[in-house]
Amino acid sequence: MAVGAFADRGADLELVGIEKRFPGFTAIENLNLTIPAGSFFALLGPSGCGKTTTLRLVAGLEDPTNGRILIGGEDVTNQKSFQRPVNTVFQSYALFPHMTVLENVAFGLRRRKIGDPVAKAHEALLLVELDHLAHRKPQQLSGGQQQRVALARAIVNRPALLLLDEPLGALDLKLRRQMQLELKTIQEEVGLTFLHVTHDQEEAMTMADTIAVMNKGRIEQMGEPQQLYELPKTAFVANFLGQSNLFTGPVVSTTSTAIAVDVSGQKIVVPVSRAHRTSGEVTIGVRPEKLTLHAESPSHDADRNVMGPGKVIDVSFSGVSTQYLVSVPGVDTLVVFAQNTAFGPAAHVGAEVWLSWNIDHGFGLDDDPADAPRFEADLDTKTIAQQRRSSLRAELKEA
Amino acid sequence: MAFAAFSSTAAPSTDPVARRRSPVALFLLLPGILYLVLFFLTPLVSLLLTSFQAPREFGDIGQYDYAFRWQNYVEVVTTYWPHIVRSFSYALAATFFALLISYPLAYFIGVKARKWPLLQSLMLVSVIAPFFISFLLRTLAWKQLFSDESFVVQSLKALSLLGPEAHVTGTAFSVIFGLTYNFIPFMTLPLYTTLERLDVRYLEAGNDLYASPFQVFRKVTIPLSMPGIVAGTLLTFIPAAGDYINASRDFLGGTGTQMMGNVIEANFLVLQNYPSAAALSIILMTVILVIVSVYVKRSGTEELL
Repeated sequence: MAVGAFADRGADLELVGIEKRFPGFTAIENLNLTIPAGSFFALLGPSGCGKTTTLRLVAGLEDPTNGRILIGGEDVTNQKSFQRPVNTVFQSYALFPHMTVLENVAFGLRRRKIGDPVAKAHEALLLVELDHLAHRKPQQLSGGQQQRVALARAIVNRPALLLLDEPLGALDLKLRRQMQLELKTIQEEVGLTFLHVTHDQEEAMTMADTIAVMNKGRIEQMGEPQQLYELPKTAFVANFLGQSNLFTGPVVSTTSTAIAVDVSGQKIVVPVSRAHRTSGEVTIGVRPEKLTLHAESPSHDADRNVMGPGKVIDVSFSGVSTQYLVSVPGVDTLVVFAQNTAFGPAAHVGAEVWLSWNIDHGFGLDDDPADAPRFEADLDTKTIAQQRRSSLRAELKEA
Repeated sequence: MAFAAFSSTAAPSTDPVARRRSPVALFLLLPGILYLVLFFLTPLVSLLLTSFQAPREFGDIGQYDYAFRWQNYVEVVTTYWPHIVRSFSYALAATFFALLISYPLAYFIGVKARKWPLLQSLMLVSVIAPFFISFLLRTLAWKQLFSDESFVVQSLKALSLLGPEAHVTGTAFSVIFGLTYNFIPFMTLPLYTTLERLDVRYLEAGNDLYASPFQVFRKVTIPLSMPGIVAGTLLTFIPAAGDYINASRDFLGGTGTQMMGNVIEANFLVLQNYPSAAALSIILMTVILVIVSVYVKRSGTEELL
């Protein structure tokens, strides 16, 4: 696609065998990725996983050590960044401080000698509802407004591919939600291909059609948000996208439809269709909101896995749901989210409880538990404090 | 902050706290005010008065009385207008060449060499290092290098790049060369301080928005380094316009390259024509003041002053 014209629609992005090495470390190793035209694709991962480097490679701000980059089928690996039909919304916005908002937005149009840049810039500013501030300088705007100017400055060029580098990171929660919806709407309206880099799993899940979870320069898993959430392939994905309760144990029996895993003497059943490994030591898991709390040992049900008895060690109320931490001897601490459909908590700290879940809700990971050490969950500070307290108590008891 | 120079909302001078006149603040300012009155205002008034003095009737050379002889100004302008024009054109040329040489240098030290702090400091030191040797000595050294018997001039003559009768010293070239050489550090250092703070993410954003490297330089880098350009050109142009060392016959100049500084020196020390020297000084100051204020106004960096 020539740089002199507007893209009439988004273009495919294809990364073939991309490798990026910096002196001393490898940021990306052998990355293969195809993003179909017109999709909203999110690259999700913790900081330092190589997602921003990937974005900079696509924008042409870095050169790959190996591999090719294709946009709309055309190899752009050797093109300079100003020759690529790509625009970026930078994390820092990078609005030119010496130009007005309007001139910032018209900058790309003027460089490409597109007719009537001022009118088109006004149009783009109307889209982000900031036309009334067109003659201000960027530093006179709030963070959210600057973010919208940065977005307008990028989409006014109708790039075949729009890159978003954690553009909502600096905004407060409410504004972020609002901008997420606006971004999604704009993407659907203009039909461009969006590549969104973020470390916020909720943001990725609400906005993107497809998510690729990245870790240590590799893509761990790629798919629709729901698929990733319901059927994570690795412990990393299971814990980075929401929370998970993971158990490790050997497979003790296998039928054509399900496997049974021995987890510290308790038999847990997982459907074969939801398990990536069906023999040997496996890691299985279940999402906290799929668990049901029981005050008494539940009667045997072939459809449900039961675990317990365990002891409630913490209850925290968060409005919509209540989070329980249940310590089951021999297993670990399990997290349970229970909807607040009745007044008051279903169990108090110290209560003895049983947990059950539908066997169809469990999942089996692809990780080999032997070479993938148990992933430390991203716990909130409260949970960490709770764990510290209990370990301290245990120490005191021993003494 | 470099960008403060571009915002029009800076300078909160209407701050009520700053507005309140406290006797303590005045007391603390007193030494400074006294200093300015004694060493700036008094000589300035004296200079202004001298410039209107008339020669004493039946007096010796160098004896003048206070008067209002405005003809002094007409006389110096009609006599010395070539020197006035020469002063400003030489200073302008020197400023231009100093900027041409210093900008790439400052850009390299401030932006490209960021990854190697050691190289950065080494290069900065080599920009400042000439200051350790006297300005006069350095200029004399150039006189030697450019003298008729020097290797440089002999080689140029051997290559027929210079005529057999040509000289380098005493020409406009050598004076402008000397001015440029001597003021390069004054141009480089302010440029370096602004470029050192230049956020390369703006340059990346420009690249991302279809601007070629040259367009990014013209539309983003230059405007963002404007405070440094203005500071550097002022620090070069103002002293260069009044310089009398480089253009002096004892250094790089000749009879045809005399600048205002040389004329003032001659009138003051040799001819003892104090009113003419004073009038020339006042003219020099006024013209510089006018040029600088127009320049600063046009470049939109008033807050630098």
